[in-house]
Amino acid sequence: MHDDQEPALELTSELVPLHVIADGRDLPADHEYSRTALVTALDDSPAAARTLTPEARRVMDLVSDGLLSVAEVAGRTQLPLGIVRILIAHLVEVGLVYVRPPMPRAVAHDRALLQAVVDGLQKTLGA
Amino acid sequence: MYLEPTVTTAVKVLVVGPFGVGKTTYIGSLSEIVPLQTEEEITEASEGYDDLANMPDKTTTTVAMDFGRLTLNEQLVLYLFGTPGQERFKEMWEELSRGALGALILVDPDRLDEAFPVLDLVEKFDLPMTIGVNTKDGTPMYACDEIREALHLPPEVPVVDVDARDQQSSAQALITLVQHLMSTLV
Repeated sequence: MHDDQEPALELTSELVPLHVIADGRDLPADHEYSRTALVTALDDSPAAARTLTPEARRVMDLVSDGLLSVAEVAGRTQLPLGIVRILIAHLVEVGLVYVRPPMPRAVAHDRALLQAVVDGLQKTLGA
Repeated sequence: MYLEPTVTTAVKVLVVGPFGVGKTTYIGSLSEIVPLQTEEEITEASEGYDDLANMPDKTTTTVAMDFGRLTLNEQLVLYLFGTPGQERFKEMWEELSRGALGALILVDPDRLDEAFPVLDLVEKFDLPMTIGVNTKDGTPMYACDEIREALHLPPEVPVVDVDARDQQSSAQALITLVQHLMSTLV
């Protein structure tokens, strides 16, 4: 492997240690949120919201008015995906956000759904 | 910015290919949001890195991955994930390929040899695939059959020309992939 020949591969490093952002937390084993799981804030934010880390607050604010995928939360906050998962797990734990379970596994064998994808592409783009 | 609250189902397609083949451009052509990047940690063997000779045999690095979104109807949203097709990203593929409809493999006809590791990976994860030959300036340079032959592809794998900058052309390649997937259903 020659990393220097791969300009499109953006290697990055963080200025704040990741364990600080994650507030020392690890990802609970049952919280492997997939990239396409949809996240939104719950209406009545309890007192827990006041003690969030700045990064958890950013995630919280981002999903306060609607649904976003886990990947979009990571992209928009510019936090690493792994960290975003930990932050979301914490926010779920304290009852501030809700994560809608991701798509069913059998999706690739659902003819009606596949047809809807084709129709959607054709309609959206006039292709 | 937000998804319609009526959306109940998300599907995903991987857009894979060697570096610089046009994955970012392709996703940009189709996405309804400004294409975003996620930073992902990957663990890789340090073999071959001289400066890590005395380090444990694994090292963690971060890569940036593109993704885009397209709402297809009130209930359905499509996510596109631009994914580097290299053996060292295998770990990331485990999750990415789970539940994915399939992979659109972008190839550069002048650098076909770079497509082989990508093809290997897609086959390893057993993803339905379609090959998109990026024409760049919109003019195909080679017949799709020539590309098929050069890549040793089985006859059922669709090979289409795609101009990654063009929304319609990009959509058509995706439609080909999904129709291919439908044709494999019994």
